Amino acid sequence: MEINKAASKTRDFKLKGLNILSALKGKLAFDFRTVLPVTSVLIAIITDVFIPNHKNLKHPELMHYRYFLYISLFAAVLFTVLSLFIKKIRDRYGYRGYFLTGVYIFLTFLNIITAKLLLLPQIYFPSIARIFEVFFDDTKLLLTCIGSSFMLLVKGIFIGFCLGMICGIAIGWSKRCNYWIFPIIRILGPIPSSTWTPLALVIFPNAKSAAVFLIAFGVWFQITVLTCSGIKSVNKAYFEVASTLGARDRHNLFKIALPAAAPTIFMGFFNATCSSFVALMAAEMIGCKSGLGWYVNWQKQMLAYANVYAGLIIIAVFCYVLVTLQFRIRDKLLSWQEGIVKW
Amino acid sequence: MVEAAYKSTGAISVRNVRKEFTDTKGERVVALDNVNVDIYPGEFICLIGPSGCGKSTFLRLIAGLITPTEGEIFLDGEKITKPGHERGLVFQDPTLFPWLNIYDNIAFGLKVRHIYKERKKEVREFIRLVKLEGFEKALPHQLSGGMQQRVGLARALVNNPKVLLLDEPFGALDAFTRMNMQDELLRIWKERGTTMIMVTHDVDEAVYLSDRIFVMTPRPAKIETIIPVDIGRNKKYGRKRDSADFLNLRSKILRVLNFTGKEIQPEYNI
Ligand SMILES: Nc1ncnc2c1ncn2[C@@H]1O[C@H](COP(=O)(O)OP(=O)(O)O)[C@@H](O)[C@H]1O
Ligand SMILES: [Mg+2]
Repeated sequence: MEINKAASKTRDFKLKGLNILSALKGKLAFDFRTVLPVTSVLIAIITDVFIPNHKNLKHPELMHYRYFLYISLFAAVLFTVLSLFIKKIRDRYGYRGYFLTGVYIFLTFLNIITAKLLLLPQIYFPSIARIFEVFFDDTKLLLTCIGSSFMLLVKGIFIGFCLGMICGIAIGWSKRCNYWIFPIIRILGPIPSSTWTPLALVIFPNAKSAAVFLIAFGVWFQITVLTCSGIKSVNKAYFEVASTLGARDRHNLFKIALPAAAPTIFMGFFNATCSSFVALMAAEMIGCKSGLGWYVNWQKQMLAYANVYAGLIIIAVFCYVLVTLQFRIRDKLLSWQEGIVKW
Repeated sequence: MVEAAYKSTGAISVRNVRKEFTDTKGERVVALDNVNVDIYPGEFICLIGPSGCGKSTFLRLIAGLITPTEGEIFLDGEKITKPGHERGLVFQDPTLFPWLNIYDNIAFGLKVRHIYKERKKEVREFIRLVKLEGFEKALPHQLSGGMQQRVGLARALVNNPKVLLLDEPFGALDAFTRMNMQDELLRIWKERGTTMIMVTHDVDEAVYLSDRIFVMTPRPAKIETIIPVDIGRNKKYGRKRDSADFLNLRSKILRVLNFTGKEIQPEYNI
């Protein structure tokens, strides 16, 4: 009897242990893709530390790139460990694994051809460390530039968007407006907004307002055209249904035409944002004394190519953030649409 | 369920109506010619006839979506010139608003008429009635064709129109849902006294539901025969589907349709 009891106890114990293990097994999982970024960051670090810089390299003392790699290593290891436990992180990080690896391999490649072997003229192709240094040296100026560009862009897009919506609705909704305004738009619209620069500089009191005008102009055209075509191509049956339900003209416009045209209007907004970046850069190079476009242009004239690249990177991130933000808003507003492109 | 206070009249008189369309080649097509009918308040009418004989056109004329080339149509003595909420239309194709969820689709009419607050309760009642509870938040494209058609029906009904025009509303439904919806429709019809004008291809459905059946013929496009359905209604307000009277009338209608020389074909145009 006694022996039996003891035996069953150990069996219980064993079972319990097994349970814990299997529970952990259910939670714990490993995806080999989550290790790839760690490996590539390690390769990048080894390359940077152990391969000596070329003897003619200017500023070999700059360490920003290496610090960046150390931080990357820390982050990569952290994510890999978290991936073991948390499924959501594992899936997303694992999915990005190959891409992140590629990024660090590419950086290593750049590092080798610039700092290590000096295969390219230094003045145009500075080492990565020097580009990174700019972010720390020029922080204040860069932040002012971001702020200034952002303000120009927001003002330009806002004004252009409002005017574009008004014109687009007018043309799409009213035959008379279509008769009078549409030909004007057909003539003025396709002119690239930078062509207006000379006129804008004369008409507007300062370069900033001229820049806002140039941005607003491009946005206005895109929004007008797509709002109008969106409204015109709304399935007529929706208006018929609405009017048998008691809708009047104003309901047909605000409750049918605009929501139905919203996907097209958004397309216009997306195009407008993209072209507004072009207009912004062009506008900032004509006479503004701040802004990212101005910064890049000015540094180019000073032959400070490290700063040019740093500026370009910031512009890229800046545009990326704005476009992503826009897509987030769209996903909220247009979630009813089938099969929309995710950003 | 809903207060029976909505006593509607809803008499339709169609006087010498002719409707012509211009087709893509610029030629004139006569969709309806010399139509003269009176529909009494609270009557249930079924329109039956082959594809392209002008049934949808007839409904759209009453709805006010199109105007007759000649002649006039009156609702309770008032000439119909434009669409209005007192003449609801359930379209052949449900055409739900894809940007609104099911609830908001059904509530649309009440909202644009600014009576949503007082009659909010009815939106839920109609959602229950068309058996779509739990789908309030769903979007139209997430529903099957039959479900969408039921939303279309609820959307028109919630407005409590005097005249409800139905263009093959149950065509996409399976047999069970179909019979169910027929009974529900009859219940609403009795309760509210709504005049119902319904296009159908199903002779059984027409005999089961209607007070009178209008048989239409193409070329010349007009209402050929009006057949009164003199069969007593059962407690669900429908007719006993297997009674001798039912079957007799059914074969009579089929004879009339055959006599016109055209087969009944299912309709595929949307
Ligand atoms: N908007 C229109 N333009 C031109 N022809 C039309 C139009 N609507 C209907 N028709 C024509 O009128 C006739 C009747 O159409 P319709 O009322 O839809 O028939 P049904 O609903 O009985 O099938 C058809 O020949 C059709 O081609
Ligand atoms: Mg039809």
